[in-house]
Amino acid sequence: MTSTLDSITDSLELRRADERVDSHLHPEGSFNLEDHPVPTGREEIWRFTPLKRLRGLYDAAPFGGKLDVDARLQDGVTLTDEVADLIGTSGFVPTDRIAARAAEATPTSTLIEIAAEAVVDEAVVIDVSGTGIEPAVAQHVVVRAGAFSKATVVFHFEGSATLADNVEIVVGDGAQLTVVSIDDWADDAVRAGHRHVQVGRDAQFKHVDVTFGGNVVRNDTVAEYAGPGGTVEMLGLYFADAGQHMEHRLFVDHTAPKTKSHVVYKGALQGVGAHTVWIGNVLIRKVAEGIETYEENRNLVLTDGAQADSVPNLEIETGEIEGAGHASATGRFDDEQLFYLRSRGVSEAEARRLVVHGFFNDLIRQIGVPALEEKLTATVEAELAKNVLNEKKDTI
Amino acid sequence: MSTLAIKDLQVTVETEDGPKEILKGVTLTINDGETHAIMGPNGSGKSTTAYSIAGHPKYTVTGGSVTLDGKDVLAMSVDERAQAGLFLAMQYPVEVPGVSMANFLRTAKTALDGEAPKLRTWVKDVNGALDRMNLDPAFSQRSVNEGFSGGEKKRAEIAQLDLLDPKVAILDEIDSGLDIDALKVVSDGINNFRERPTKGVLLITHYTRILRYVQPDFVHVFVDGRIAESGGPELAEELEANGYERFTMAAR
Repeated sequence: MTSTLDSITDSLELRRADERVDSHLHPEGSFNLEDHPVPTGREEIWRFTPLKRLRGLYDAAPFGGKLDVDARLQDGVTLTDEVADLIGTSGFVPTDRIAARAAEATPTSTLIEIAAEAVVDEAVVIDVSGTGIEPAVAQHVVVRAGAFSKATVVFHFEGSATLADNVEIVVGDGAQLTVVSIDDWADDAVRAGHRHVQVGRDAQFKHVDVTFGGNVVRNDTVAEYAGPGGTVEMLGLYFADAGQHMEHRLFVDHTAPKTKSHVVYKGALQGVGAHTVWIGNVLIRKVAEGIETYEENRNLVLTDGAQADSVPNLEIETGEIEGAGHASATGRFDDEQLFYLRSRGVSEAEARRLVVHGFFNDLIRQIGVPALEEKLTATVEAELAKNVLNEKKDTI
Repeated sequence: MSTLAIKDLQVTVETEDGPKEILKGVTLTINDGETHAIMGPNGSGKSTTAYSIAGHPKYTVTGGSVTLDGKDVLAMSVDERAQAGLFLAMQYPVEVPGVSMANFLRTAKTALDGEAPKLRTWVKDVNGALDRMNLDPAFSQRSVNEGFSGGEKKRAEIAQLDLLDPKVAILDEIDSGLDIDALKVVSDGINNFRERPTKGVLLITHYTRILRYVQPDFVHVFVDGRIAESGGPELAEELEANGYERFTMAAR
C-alpha cells in the first residue's frame, strides 16, 4: 500500500494573510432553489456521483414518501415532531440542489433534544426504516445537545427509500455528543444526506459514519465551530459491494481558534462496479489560530472491478497553527503482509481475513461504544464471508 | 527426524531488465540437530536462499530441488511449507496493523496443529515465550510488529520460533540491528530451540558476532549466488580475522 503524508511544511500552500481567498471549499449557500441549477454531472461537486441513479432527487422528483421511525429515548432526551423555525439553526445553508430541495419540502423539523447538563449513559437509538423507493422522502432533523450534556445518539437506517435529508446538529458549549449514523439500507435504496454540525465552545463532537447498504449513498458532512476549544472527531467505515456507490464528502471548517479536528475514514471494496468516493476538505480560516487538524482516508480494494476515489484538500489562511496534515492511500492486499502471515502456517483465506479485520479493527476500537464495536466487527466478518473467505485465487 | 536438503537451487528475481539470476546452484543439507551458518557479503544470495525456501512470490525457482524429510517443498504453498515444519525469521518482520500478537499467534498455532491450543496452557505458553525474550506480557495485545523497535521485532520472531516449534528454523540476519544485550537474549532463544531434539537451524548472517553465542556446526561462505567454501566453525574465525576478500577475489 502506498501512502502519502503531507504536512504543512512540505507541501501545503500557505496563503498570506492579506491575500483574498477564493475557494471552492466554502461556497456561498442559498435556501433559494433557483440559485441551484439542475446539475449536469460535470460540476466539481457532482463529478463522481452517478446522477442517473439518484431517481431525480437532484432535479424535480416529487417528495411525499414517509419513513417509519422507532425511537428509543433515554431520560434527559426528548423527541418532538413538526417543530417550526429550526431550519438553519446550526448555520446550515444548502450548498447544492438536493439540500435546497429537501429544505424547501420540509417546513418543520424533528427535534431531538438533550437537556443541558444531562449525562445520558445509554445510547439513544433511532431506527429509521424506508417503506419503498417511491415517492421520494424529504426530511429535516435537528439534534441539539444542551451545554455540558453528554450523550450518544445512534441513527440506524434500513429498508428501501429514496431519501434526501438534512440533519443539523448543535453541540452546546462544553457538551460531549457522539452521533452514530449507520447506512444499512436495502440494495435498492438511494440516500443523499446533508449534515451540518456546529460545535460549541470547548465542546466535543464525535461522528461515527458507517455505510454498508444502499444502491447510492452520498453523504455531505460539514462541521464548523461556534467558539474556541471545540473538538471534532469523524470516524468512517464503509464496505462497498458490487454495484454500490458510496460517497462521503466531508468539510471541516475551522472557524474558531484553538479548535481540533481528526478525521479517519476507512473503506473496503469488493465486486464489479463497487465505487467509493471520499472527499476530505479542511479549511483553516484566518481567525482559526492555534488549531490542529488531521485527515486520513484508506481504502482496501479486495477484488478487480472496484474503484476508490480519494481526494483530500487542505486550505490554510493563517500561518499560526499547531499542526495540519493529511494522508490518503488506496491499495490491494499487501503481499508482504500475506506472506508473513502465511509463512507462519496461516492459510491464504485466513490471512486475508486477518488483514481486513485488522484494517478495520484499528478504527473500530476508537469508536468507544462497546455494543456497536462488537456489531461492526460482526458485520465486517459477514461482508468478508461474501467474498474474501470464499475466494481461493492466485496462490503464492 | 528432520532433514532439509537443498540441491542445486537456482533462483531468479524479476527486474526491469528481465529475470536476473541470483542463486546459481546452491547445494546444502541440514541434518537432525545441525546448525549451519551462511555468511557472505551483501548481494551474495543469502536472503534469497531463505525467502525462496519459504516460498516468497518475488522469487522464481528455475532449477534444483528443496525437500524436507523427502517431501517436495517447492511444490507446496507458503502456508503448507510452514505446516510441513519450516519457519522463517525475517530480517524485516512485517507490520500487520489491527491484528494483535495474541490473535496472530493463536491463529498460526491453530493452523499448524489443526486444532486450537488449549486456552489455559496457551496463555501461559505465550507469556513464557515473551518473558524469555524479555518482552512484557502486555506485548501480546499490541498489533503484530506495529511500532515495535528493531530489537523488539527480532525478539518477537524468536518468541514465535519458541511457540510454533518448527522442524527447521531459517533465521535471516536475526542479529542485524541488535545491541549486545538483545543479541544475547536472541542467541539464548536460538540455543533453547536447538536443544530440543531433531531440530535444524539455518542461520544467515553478515557478521561473525552472533556465532560466538550460537556455535554453528558448519559454516558456508556465499559469493555471487554460490557456496564458495564450506567448513567448520574455524571458517567463521578466519572470516572474522580476514573478511570476505579472499572469497570475493577468487570468484572474479
